[in-house]
Amino acid sequence: MKILVLLSQVPDTTARIAFTNGDTQYDGNGVTFIMNPYDEWYALVRALELKEAKGSGSVTTVTVGGADTEATIRKGLAIGADDAVRIDAQPTDALQVAELIASYAKDKGFDLVLAGKETIDHNGGVVGAMVAELLDMPYVALASKLDVNGDSATVERDVPGGVEVLEVQLPLALSAAKGMAEQRIPNMRGIMAARTKPLSVVAAASTTNAASTVKFELPPAKGTVKMIPAEEAGKLIELLHSEAKVI
Amino acid sequence: MSTIVFIDTRGERLPKSAQEAVTCASQLAGEPVTAVTFGEAQGLEALGANGAKKVIVARSVKAVDSQQLTKLVCDVAAAEGATTIVCVHDATGKTVAPRVAARLKAGLVAGATGMPEGNRFKRNVFSGKARAHVEVTSPVKVISLSPNSIAIAAGGGSATVEEFTGDLGAARIAVKEVRKAGTGIPLPEAEIVVSAGRGMKGPEHWAPVEELAQLLGGATACSRPVADMHWRPHHEHVGQTGVAIRPNCYIAIGISGAIQHLAGVNQSKVIAVINKDPEAPFFKAADYGILGDAFEVLPKLIEAAKKLNAER
Ligand SMILES: Cc1cc2nc3c(=O)[nH]c(=O)nc-3n(C[C@H](O)[C@H](O)[C@H](O)COP(=O)(O)OP(=O)(O)OC[C@H]3O[C@@H](n4cnc5c(N)ncnc54)[C@H](O)[C@@H]3O)c2cc1C
Ligand SMILES: Nc1ncnc2c1ncn2[C@@H]1O[C@H](COP(=O)(O)O)[C@@H](O)[C@H]1O
Repeated sequence: MKILVLLSQVPDTTARIAFTNGDTQYDGNGVTFIMNPYDEWYALVRALELKEAKGSGSVTTVTVGGADTEATIRKGLAIGADDAVRIDAQPTDALQVAELIASYAKDKGFDLVLAGKETIDHNGGVVGAMVAELLDMPYVALASKLDVNGDSATVERDVPGGVEVLEVQLPLALSAAKGMAEQRIPNMRGIMAARTKPLSVVAAASTTNAASTVKFELPPAKGTVKMIPAEEAGKLIELLHSEAKVI
Repeated sequence: MSTIVFIDTRGERLPKSAQEAVTCASQLAGEPVTAVTFGEAQGLEALGANGAKKVIVARSVKAVDSQQLTKLVCDVAAAEGATTIVCVHDATGKTVAPRVAARLKAGLVAGATGMPEGNRFKRNVFSGKARAHVEVTSPVKVISLSPNSIAIAAGGGSATVEEFTGDLGAARIAVKEVRKAGTGIPLPEAEIVVSAGRGMKGPEHWAPVEELAQLLGGATACSRPVADMHWRPHHEHVGQTGVAIRPNCYIAIGISGAIQHLAGVNQSKVIAVINKDPEAPFFKAADYGILGDAFEVLPKLIEAAKKLNAER
């Protein structure tokens, strides 16, 4: 079984959010970058578990990004991926990223393509589905469980009011959410092995330029909080009703 | 400049988010639009009130099979000459909108938070800590609208309903089973959410939280540690790793307001926080606050909610 994991690099969850170049770009100055948590904890770890359970196959990661993403990519290798690909381009839009990944992955015969639920900076949750479309694969968004049985997979996903259990034909693409797997911390042996595992850099193919972020802004600052004395807590309900008009 | 809208109408009633998407599409078009849906839903005529003139429904599609649904949307878009396609940014929309965009080489606004200003749509990025202005330059646009972003238009009018008879190819996804978890209003649909955290000390103390939610006609939610300790079911967990919600009113009881929790709730219209620690970060994100012990405050809130219900 050949598995492809889409791995992105994002600013740390607690990083300061600021913009430069006339508010057109994220200001990464002094910010620590990490592997996107959903790609790491859920997609990558589940891919490794499936490979281990089967005792054969391979896990490849693919990242669209500049040379500055290589430390993050090496971490993926340290956690256990067999090899990694970096497509040399600055991500600007979901369709661009998806087209680059699809043009690398087509004809490679991947049985599974696993993305994270969303990137924690861009928050689109759409790149995986676009790759699925370009590779003509079925796709499940926000999967919480994945098992493979022969040429099909059992996938669970949360739906309003419950859990849906799906039977999907392979090859399959999905985005992985909570429940899929648990975080794995790379060990010393993994870190050593990662140094010599293949990380290939491929040039970017041409892509569609269909949408772009032209400006960022910070949300308007919250007004100050209106405090209500605990003894008169009931007033909160009155205010939510008559002042805020939300209940 | 024709516009169509794709919505998921399965389930017991028409989701609010579907009505919002139809409203958005008809406002973008400046006239009633064609809506596309699937499954067995009845009463689709009612979407006329939100701005649909026609609803095309693919009865044969049962599961969220994104390949069949993408073909459905693209076929209708071609037949109607649509240049704008609106979807809901929920689990179904997130499988269909990006596929349609990739197939048509169309720019996608993933999670628009309202109507555009000029040709710019806004969307939340960095877990709600910033907003991006997106411009679509391709001839066809796909707009996936975040739930609870715009007011529903409710006029008169009823839509005609037509069955889709074209070929959508074989299904590659089948639903084997649906396990129900909980009843009541699904969290992402709830306009009022009463949420509690580790400050509640244990699962045995949740009765007043549920009672308050029920009195206000809302749903209950919780912080991540509460779900991790199995005090509450996992589908109630809100935040960055759980469900992201944007109700009109979010009441947080005994939750510290960690950044990862806020990421899932900071788009709520009004936030009320009850916490006994004046330094709790949640107060900084709140509109209303009560500094006090949840076990003393909750009975007062319940009493006031009962009084309010008796008056209306
Ligand atoms: C990568 C990552 C992702 C995460 N994702 C999420 C997520 O999606 N959702 C989420 O919620 N968390 C998430 N977390 C965890 C998050 O950082 C916090 O640890 C968590 O939100 C804290 O939950 P809490 O507020 O219920 O508990 P605590 O932090 O323990 O806070 C309890 C609060 O209750 C107050 N309190 C105590 N007793 C009372 C009382 N009697 N009356 C009133 N107030 C009282 C205390 O003052 C305190 O503020 C994530 C963490 C990481 C690292
Ligand atoms: N630059 C990238 N390189 C590789 N994978 C990516 C990249 N951007 C996004 N992805 C994948 O697509 C998922 C969804 O991303 P997004 O649509 O940006 O929220 C992520 O969780 C990753 O798995």
